[in-house]
Amino acid sequence: MMVLQTPNRFKLDNSGKRIVVDPLTRIEGHMRVEVNVDSDNVIRNAVSTGTMWRGIETILKGRDPRDAWAFTERICGVCTGTHALTSVRAVENALGITIPDNANSIRNIMQLCLQVHDHLVHFYHLHALDWVDIVSALKADPKATSALAQSVSSWPLSSPGYFKDLQIRLTKFVESGQLGPFKNGYWGHAAYKLPPEANLMAVAHYLEALDFQKEIVKIHTIYGGKNPHPNWLVGGVPCAINVDDVGAVSAINIERLNLVSSIIDRCIEFTEKVYLPDVVAIGSFYKDWLFGGGLSGKSVMSYGDIPEHANDFSAKSLKLPRGVIINGNLNEVLPIDHSDPAQIQEFVTHSWYKYADESKGLHPWDGVTEPNYQLGPKTKGTKTDIKELDEGGKYSWIKAPRWRGHAVEVGPLARYIVGYAQNEPEFKEPTEKLLKTLGLPVSALFSTLGRTAARALECEWAAHQMRYFQDKLVARIKAGDTSTANVEKWKPESWPKEAKGYGFTEAPRGALAHWIKIKDTRIDNYQCVVPTTWNGSPRDPKGNIGAFEASLMDTPMADPEKPLEILRTIHSFDPCLACSTHVMSPDGQEMAIVKVR
Amino acid sequence: MPKILVLGTGNILWADEGFGVRVVEEFHRRYAVPDNVTILDGGTQGLYLVSYLEEADRLIVFDAIDYGLEPGQLRLVRDDEVPKFTGAKKMSLHQTGFQEVLSAAELLGRCPQHLTLIGCQPLDLKDWGGPLTGPVRDQIEPAIGLACELLAQWGSPAIPRSEPLPELERLLANDIDHFHYEMRVEPA
Repeated sequence: MMVLQTPNRFKLDNSGKRIVVDPLTRIEGHMRVEVNVDSDNVIRNAVSTGTMWRGIETILKGRDPRDAWAFTERICGVCTGTHALTSVRAVENALGITIPDNANSIRNIMQLCLQVHDHLVHFYHLHALDWVDIVSALKADPKATSALAQSVSSWPLSSPGYFKDLQIRLTKFVESGQLGPFKNGYWGHAAYKLPPEANLMAVAHYLEALDFQKEIVKIHTIYGGKNPHPNWLVGGVPCAINVDDVGAVSAINIERLNLVSSIIDRCIEFTEKVYLPDVVAIGSFYKDWLFGGGLSGKSVMSYGDIPEHANDFSAKSLKLPRGVIINGNLNEVLPIDHSDPAQIQEFVTHSWYKYADESKGLHPWDGVTEPNYQLGPKTKGTKTDIKELDEGGKYSWIKAPRWRGHAVEVGPLARYIVGYAQNEPEFKEPTEKLLKTLGLPVSALFSTLGRTAARALECEWAAHQMRYFQDKLVARIKAGDTSTANVEKWKPESWPKEAKGYGFTEAPRGALAHWIKIKDTRIDNYQCVVPTTWNGSPRDPKGNIGAFEASLMDTPMADPEKPLEILRTIHSFDPCLACSTHVMSPDGQEMAIVKVR
Repeated sequence: MPKILVLGTGNILWADEGFGVRVVEEFHRRYAVPDNVTILDGGTQGLYLVSYLEEADRLIVFDAIDYGLEPGQLRLVRDDEVPKFTGAKKMSLHQTGFQEVLSAAELLGRCPQHLTLIGCQPLDLKDWGGPLTGPVRDQIEPAIGLACELLAQWGSPAIPRSEPLPELERLLANDIDHFHYEMRVEPA
């Protein structure tokens, strides 16, 4: 192959130098990217492969559906609560179980809390260092840093003395040789654009966010009974409400409601005064680096989430937008039906699984997960040590999910694009305001920077929504409604002999759904399609490339030996997998290693 | 009294990778500890664990560790050696996770003064949904023994319960406790 046009309109050229990312293992959550660059070091072909968890059905088959959440909660260390919520929704959908309004509010607060926590931690602790140069921060003038901080926000921690102390602490840390989280950076890379003062300000907020994130998750402890693995319940939430209670260990009383309330206030303040101003300040130095859009300007999907009304999952009730946009047509948002076998399908033509007929996709209710590890004829290396993948053959442990045959991007940017297209003021107005502040056109949204900015906007939105549902909950409790669970259909004897259902959420990193089949009160089949399956998907039978692959296309690299641009763009998706990147020379010799999350 | 955190980390869905969690589960089932000791199932949680670390003066962590030894060998390392082992190239699958937690606590200036890692060399980390392998399962008991010795040295001895905890009060429930988790309809 020299040049190939994909149906989703990307021009692939794999004739140039190949850059390889990470050794391929089946270790949970590792991924690898291979790209070809042309003589100007511009990416002309991208291949993404992952080793996601797989085969949850093997573990869940024959178990009690009411326990499925506890298993799915363990799939991943960062998507914990959202998997559990998706699971209880799937079981409730299958068995026709409704939940009380208070349970809906508490679940929404839990889910929104996860969004706020995950977005904040993603930006400061997993992504910021793709934009912020720690070493450069050591050269900053604390007075100038203070002036910069005060010009962008009224956040009180901004004195010259504060930044000077921090700089001394940071210098000691760096000089001790224990770089810890900072040790894998490409410090001094040409793709870093911030002045030292902006870098120092960002590092200060990195540490403040690290401290603050611990407060946010206390909400999970209060409503989930415990952390780090909160409890969930089919039919509602497992916490009892007793406002007058003072002694009981686990009941929600006034004191606990007030604690949640004060944490929500602090979330709103931190997002508005620290996170968003930082994104604007950093973004203003990267306005001309608008690469990484990939599928976002073409096809995006959001299932929607955060039901206003308990048990109503219609687009109207869901506060996060629901719908699909295809081929960049923002004038039409198409409806989604999780139960329609013609809509969501998973393909395995390029994945290490076996179907009876691999030209066709399977709807998750009929999903099959049978491993078939074989490599294409052009693979370089061996089955246990792959030097270069052959993307013409099977090349990933991730299946290729498609919506009516289309590859789509999911995540905060997809949600904001769908909300924007639907003219929802809650999503459109903040987006336009941010673009105006940065002096950028709407088209700038379709980029790595756009993905990072949408996440920050959503974090602020989610913090305010937590306030909304907390107030709603308290008002109902004051009116005398303390119901948190519906146990009418708790007993398996009340269930039909066979049932099937689905549940969906918008996880911080994108659309997540579980499909369940129940037979004789036990799980018969269980399939999860997770956000990183959508974004990290390999090619499909028609040759459409997935969102990670598309996002890397046409990006110029300052130095292929230090692939900062690849990391920046892949990180902007908040992939739920840690990955190490190995950059190899054309003869396969390892040149550099980088840790990625 | 020093505050002590007894932590188990790992993914119970990945065979021997679940070692750390299964040790704290069993320890908690059979032993009562004084109020200054917290027993925690950390799973694969990353930064969520920082606050627990910060509150602790001393840490005992159980984990599946690739020491390059024979499968099922148990090894205890302390203090400065701990980050070195959680940072070595071939480590347990969530190594970056826990190493990050340690360095985050350090960056905040609130890392426990004493760290003890009780690690077991795994045999199989790839068997999705699989049980602990025999050699690793056999080390749960000795690992608990090491922790008991340490706690006694630190003046906070664990006391054997007269009867094991009832199911509802255990660390893991909803069918993911060690016994029920390994009762499978079909082998992986």
